[in-house]
Amino acid sequence: MTDTGIGAPVRRREDYRFLTGKGTYTDDINRPHQTHAYILRSPHAHAEIKGIKTDKAKKAPGVVAIFTGADMAADGVGGLPCGWLVHSKDGSPMVEPPHPPLVPDRVRHVGDQVAVVIAESLDQAREAAESIEVDYKPLPAIINTAQAAKSGSPQVWDQAKSNTCYDWHIGDKAATDAAFAGAAHVTKLDLINNRLVANAIEPRAAIGDYDTGTGHYTLYTTSQNPHVIRLLMGAFVLKLPEHKLRVVAPDVGGGFGSKIYHYAEEAIVTWASKKIGRPIKWTADRSEAFMSDAQGRDHVTHCELAMDKDGKFLGLRASTTANLGAYLSTFSTCVPTYLHGTLLAGVYTTPAIYCEVRAVFTNTVPVDAYRGAGRPEATYLLERIVDKAADEMKIDPAELRRKNFIPKDAFPYQTPVALQYDTGNYQATLDQALKMSDYAGFKARREEAKKRGMLRGIGIASYIEACGIAPSNVAGALGARAGLYEAAQVRVHPTGSISVFTGSHSHGQGHETSFAQVVSDRLGVPIENIDIVHGDTAKVLFGMGTYGSRSIAVGGTAIMKALDKVIAKGKKIAAHMLEAAEADIEFKDGKFQVAGTDKSKAFGEVAFAAYVPHHYPLDKVEPGMDETAFYDPLNFTFPSGTYVCEVEIDPDTGITRIVNFVAADDFGKIINPMIVEGQVHGGLVQGIGQALLESCIYDDKSGQLLTGSYTDYCMPRADDVPSFKVETSKEATPCTHNPLGVKGCGEAGAIGAPPAVINAIVDALSERGVTHIEMPATPERVWRAIHGTVARAAE
Amino acid sequence: MRDFNYQRPNSVADAAKALKGEAKLMAGGMTLIPTMKQRLASPSDVVDLAGVKDLAGIKKDGNAIVIGAMTSHDEVAHSAEVKKAIPALADLADGIGDPQVRNRGTIGGSIANNDPAADYPAGCMALGATIVTNKRKIAADDFFKGMFETALGDGEIITAVSFPIPDKANYQKFPNPASRYAIVGVMVAKSGGTVRVAVTGAGQSGVFRHKDAEAALAKSFAAGALDGLKTDAKKLNSDMHASAEYRAHLVGVMAKRAVAACG
Repeated sequence: MTDTGIGAPVRRREDYRFLTGKGTYTDDINRPHQTHAYILRSPHAHAEIKGIKTDKAKKAPGVVAIFTGADMAADGVGGLPCGWLVHSKDGSPMVEPPHPPLVPDRVRHVGDQVAVVIAESLDQAREAAESIEVDYKPLPAIINTAQAAKSGSPQVWDQAKSNTCYDWHIGDKAATDAAFAGAAHVTKLDLINNRLVANAIEPRAAIGDYDTGTGHYTLYTTSQNPHVIRLLMGAFVLKLPEHKLRVVAPDVGGGFGSKIYHYAEEAIVTWASKKIGRPIKWTADRSEAFMSDAQGRDHVTHCELAMDKDGKFLGLRASTTANLGAYLSTFSTCVPTYLHGTLLAGVYTTPAIYCEVRAVFTNTVPVDAYRGAGRPEATYLLERIVDKAADEMKIDPAELRRKNFIPKDAFPYQTPVALQYDTGNYQATLDQALKMSDYAGFKARREEAKKRGMLRGIGIASYIEACGIAPSNVAGALGARAGLYEAAQVRVHPTGSISVFTGSHSHGQGHETSFAQVVSDRLGVPIENIDIVHGDTAKVLFGMGTYGSRSIAVGGTAIMKALDKVIAKGKKIAAHMLEAAEADIEFKDGKFQVAGTDKSKAFGEVAFAAYVPHHYPLDKVEPGMDETAFYDPLNFTFPSGTYVCEVEIDPDTGITRIVNFVAADDFGKIINPMIVEGQVHGGLVQGIGQALLESCIYDDKSGQLLTGSYTDYCMPRADDVPSFKVETSKEATPCTHNPLGVKGCGEAGAIGAPPAVINAIVDALSERGVTHIEMPATPERVWRAIHGTVARAAE
Repeated sequence: MRDFNYQRPNSVADAAKALKGEAKLMAGGMTLIPTMKQRLASPSDVVDLAGVKDLAGIKKDGNAIVIGAMTSHDEVAHSAEVKKAIPALADLADGIGDPQVRNRGTIGGSIANNDPAADYPAGCMALGATIVTNKRKIAADDFFKGMFETALGDGEIITAVSFPIPDKANYQKFPNPASRYAIVGVMVAKSGGTVRVAVTGAGQSGVFRHKDAEAALAKSFAAGALDGLKTDAKKLNSDMHASAEYRAHLVGVMAKRAVAACG
């Protein structure tokens, strides 16, 4: 290992640029003769558009053009596509309503796009937008997830009866029913997974730039996957061939899923740029982000766990209603299904599982993947009901988990809900986390807290997640409309420095460092000689981008495969240079060496020879050293771990303070432990945010977004979280089907933290008879839980 | 933000003259500027008080601390004079907003705005402050007139706030987790036999004095004196952050904690 190779805590190379303000984000880019777009959005949750008058606005100072949905439709612009076709129980395909970039006839959520005003300045565009007259006929709105499918609820789409997009299921219902029939005890739980706003620090932005000379379009956009945007926008919306369309996602300030999707504004500025023959920039302000970025979670679930008399799990049933919002965002449909129902075995040997999910339309912002995407919902459900079961069975929650863990020698393990786990060791991370949190000493700490009038609780969550969704053919059979591979290109320059082009996209993950470490390690080249290039369809051959903690497992492996090709070619060249047989050449420590001799050529010498092929096997090997590879994984990777959270609750105010939080994660092999720790910290904070603070709230009747700014939407801040104790598993189980043995770490924190926090709170309140509390566990909610139970006890 | 004229007068008199039509006075701008950015306010003129000398500063004047209207929250929080005479007021200022707000925001701006969830109104009411303007002196009890409403007339500009030094005082805030404004803030001040208790954040009409709490504490200045204290929830705010019932409960909790912290 070089000191910049795999396993080294190399400082993030990109941070200098970010911390000194030298990053180039979409809004930092300005094109010559650029105009500015303002999107006129619906103030109503649901309304018919009877007419739009733009005459007055078109005459306003600085206005270049105003377009509405009718203009786009007249040009044959299509709707934003959904990337995953889910079928209902009865085999019928999901209801897939139209999703025009500008809505011509009926708005369906506050913030829906109605018109675009393009002007010389943003202020002028905004000013002009105020004089557009839209004649709305307000309609009743449906907001509530649980109510959406009930009869009598307002209908979002005429074609979606009972507001239902699909009614899906997975698992063996008969076997599960039989397991319940034979159970000694059944634990039941109703819970809500609260809706969240992703809140990346950089709001979305897009610049459409049509070149009237060449007929080429360029879209600069805040995307996690520029090639996917090119594909979706090119093929489905604007019908432009790929070779005429370049998509650039430069530095991107966070995504958490919300920047995966193809958004209306991207299509609008690209299309309109040709209409006006000038570049158009659109940048969301924070208020727009709240009402137009895809939101996360929003499940209402009833679940039941069947056990034998000793607490061995026999069966699990879950029935979920998932709110998809008003339209189908790009990957919305697979989140509550294939990223949720398939995870319900968790880390347990539960032999029979049945899950049904009804996805509903409501007059709210579309919901799609948000850090974890389906897996946090599955983990929350499972880890909450396991804790409730432990309470009811009077078994220690750690013990109940241990009793039901898939044993470490049982891998590969086939779950009853489709997934096959390749490897894992759940006992190890549980033991590690219990030790880190001094679980054994908790009772004494609770007693001490009691003397101070505080209620102290401890909560465990043992999670599993599935990263790097794959393989493409299986996903395709399940309805995916895209491939799930990754592409890489390793270009060795004549003097041995290297540019790596990756289809993964970094928007905070530190790829420019960890990917370079992989290359440094494999080729024995100093990290300074390696550049990681991403985010531009004109530079990078292809790519599916970054989501679902896939980058190192899928993108990193694609790089490894391209490196293998570089080394294979280098061996051929070196064999010629060293006058040895190719089979005798080994590549080690940055040198091609004739095995068993001291004859060698450095990597740089071989690279030079490839570009100056004077003494070169030209009859057998092409000059140059530039290799590409695509990698389609055989399976997901399955990180797992255990989190332990300890809280103190002030019964007078209901304020919960997290006094300790430990994480023991099995991410397989680690490329950069410092970056991994940072990823876990970030995930934990978002998970704690969901558990204690964050909630996206609409007025149930009017559909107005009540939490439309940071005054009302509570983001977690540094003083809301403790100093985390984060470790990776001392008995880590490397992934068995990728050459790096890596699993992915980006979402774990957000998946494991919410149940750990809520379990701790319920534990603290258990002496007051509390068995469940919804997220976010706000002070008032906690106070009411305490107060309500006290009042009941007094009756 | 819409276009406006920016004015930077050098004296209070000139500032008062500039306050015509749709002109708005700006102290720290911590409320005005965001409101303008959201186009919820579009003043013709912004009259910036930053150029007026002698509006900022803290001095002891007899048995009172006098704070100039343009004094920042941060200056109050870190003033040796305030910390010595009325540490509760320094604490209150130290808990407003965030460091940026505390360095830009001013006491005059805060009380002129009279945000129902702001901290200073509770401080002024409980300490029995006098608000000094270019025209007159107004007792805090007469100054705050409900949400975002004050006794200030046209062309009237706050120049200073005078706080009588109490024997004991303490401010306890239950902040809104999102905005960190007060969901309930209670300031308790004791001067001789008089106890004043002011509540911010909770009331439908902004800051108010809690007369029942005052009476109970005048009899016995101890947290236990507030056991069973009733606060009428009907007059309190109820929103997604806190119901009126919860706020009523918190008023009691915060008041007790303030008394206990008075020592």
